[in-house]
Amino acid sequence: MDGRRKLMILAAALLAVLLVTPHSGSYIIVLVTHALIFAILAMSLDILLGFAGLPSLGQAAYLGMGAYLTAILATRFQFGLDWTFWPVVALGIVIGAATAALFGLFSVHAGGVYFLMITLALGMCVWGLAYRWNSLTGGDNGIVLPPRPAFGIQLADDVTFFYLVFGFFVVSLAVLYVLVKSPFGRSLVGIRENELRMRILGYNTWLHKYIAFIIAGGFGGLAGVLWAHAHGLVSPEDVVLATSVDALLMVVLGGPGTLVGGAIGAGIVVFLREYLSTLVPWWQYVLGGVYVLAILYLPGGLMSIPERIRGSRAPSPRPGEAKPLQSAIH
Amino acid sequence: MDTQFWVIQAFNGLSYGALLFLLASGLSLIFGVMRIVNLAHGSFFLLGGYVALTVIWTTGSWLLALPVAALVIAVVGLLMERVFLRPLGFDPLRQVLLTVGFAFLFQQAALDIWGGDNRDIIPPGMLKESAVIGGFHFPIYRVFMIGMALVMGLILWLTMEKTRLGAMIRATVDDAEMARGVGIDTSRVSMFIFALGAFLAGLGGVIGGAFLGVYPGLDFAILPIAFAVVIIGGMGSLAGAAVGSLLVGLADNFGKALFPEISYFTLYAPMVLILALKPTGLFGRE
Repeated sequence: MDGRRKLMILAAALLAVLLVTPHSGSYIIVLVTHALIFAILAMSLDILLGFAGLPSLGQAAYLGMGAYLTAILATRFQFGLDWTFWPVVALGIVIGAATAALFGLFSVHAGGVYFLMITLALGMCVWGLAYRWNSLTGGDNGIVLPPRPAFGIQLADDVTFFYLVFGFFVVSLAVLYVLVKSPFGRSLVGIRENELRMRILGYNTWLHKYIAFIIAGGFGGLAGVLWAHAHGLVSPEDVVLATSVDALLMVVLGGPGTLVGGAIGAGIVVFLREYLSTLVPWWQYVLGGVYVLAILYLPGGLMSIPERIRGSRAPSPRPGEAKPLQSAIH
Repeated sequence: MDTQFWVIQAFNGLSYGALLFLLASGLSLIFGVMRIVNLAHGSFFLLGGYVALTVIWTTGSWLLALPVAALVIAVVGLLMERVFLRPLGFDPLRQVLLTVGFAFLFQQAALDIWGGDNRDIIPPGMLKESAVIGGFHFPIYRVFMIGMALVMGLILWLTMEKTRLGAMIRATVDDAEMARGVGIDTSRVSMFIFALGAFLAGLGGVIGGAFLGVYPGLDFAILPIAFAVVIIGGMGSLAGAAVGSLLVGLADNFGKALFPEISYFTLYAPMVLILALKPTGLFGRE
């Protein structure tokens, strides 16, 4: 009903980020850039978790594939450091999607908690390769990237790079928004709500979930390409379980099934991990506390707060049930 | 690549598998009974090692550290289950994230209390020697690890198969709703299993402390390996945890010795293969 107003608020918020960030301190610019990259990862996971109802515990694997591809091409073949940056972006998306297409064969058929376990295990496979395959990945030390690409514009400049990442973020948000509003997106929600009914209606629910899984992998790969250049270092740290779990927290904290919620969650988690950790030694209490408190007291995520304050029409989620609010989807 | 190599590597794999069994059997039972993916299980293992260090520093007794550390961790697990996990009801995603939150909290607490240094738990002198059998040197400590896993495995098996409590646990694993229907207090069973799992992990942490060390990050380093065991063996199955531990212990050792570059792959590839062929693991049931 007030979808138009929501869009206005979103546009205003994006505009504010776009205008304010370049004039902030240099550290804030880097921080926001990182947050936007993880926002792409979180939104890709939201397609699975919030719309298809698939809680993946291995989303960092696709980020890792994209990041390692970028790093290996850049250091071994000096590929992707001029205009060839664009083919690398495409390749990153492809490798993320291809990895997901492979992993999906093992995981998508499984339901609920088994899906959690299997995606965790598959994510660990990627970590294991990154950690041990020294000759390719540099093992524990990872790969240090050369300076960022330059093709007319100098991405080495943090502000320019911020604009680029911001562009990718907005495009990703728009594409995913169109996707979830499409008949395909609606079918995913139907599958999340009642898979059996969808199957009886004649939908190939496995194929729907499998395609969603691949799309999420593609966006994860994109986030990986950007992350490699943003951070300048790709290491097994990027594919550890904690990264996958952080991505889940971002979505749950912001509000599953809202896309934007994942972006907000990404902002908060990146702020805690990268900024707070430089200020206080006990920052991990805050991070752990955010996990515990968000789970216990904020079942619908931050995006559900306005609805709650308004005393929403939607029934409040029963305890032990974290379905995103209906109004956030329709 | 002579006999020496194969015998010693197999023995090392076996003893590593024994350690993994202590860690993974609890994880598997927790999953079987409660359907909780407990990502704080590695933290229980690490905290077990740290608590044991404190006991050893204050009393000087390694033998005392074993039960004390395991019991302390069991209490931690018990409180976590009662106060935080139980009220969530059945919701795998939120439970998993809650256990992650605790894993981070435990990690920071361990860092604050015990510092960031790598530490070792030194076992008593007699365990540090080697037995020579048929020309091969077998460290007594590794023999002790295998013995400990056998004893705990036997106790668990007898409890599960021969006691009323065990029957209640198996009923809850098979069908929690039905178990409740026939009057089993599944909430009590869950509490017991979670504490037992924490106990075993804590015990594993003490025993593993002499072998892997005790250091920040051990919790998340050991966790995925425990998950590999559980996935291979089948979630909720004791026999599965035993077979899975053995397989992973051997795969890890031979993988590292024969193909160091892809050694984690030799560990996870069988897991993926089993998932593809039998998604519930070797001994798991749908």
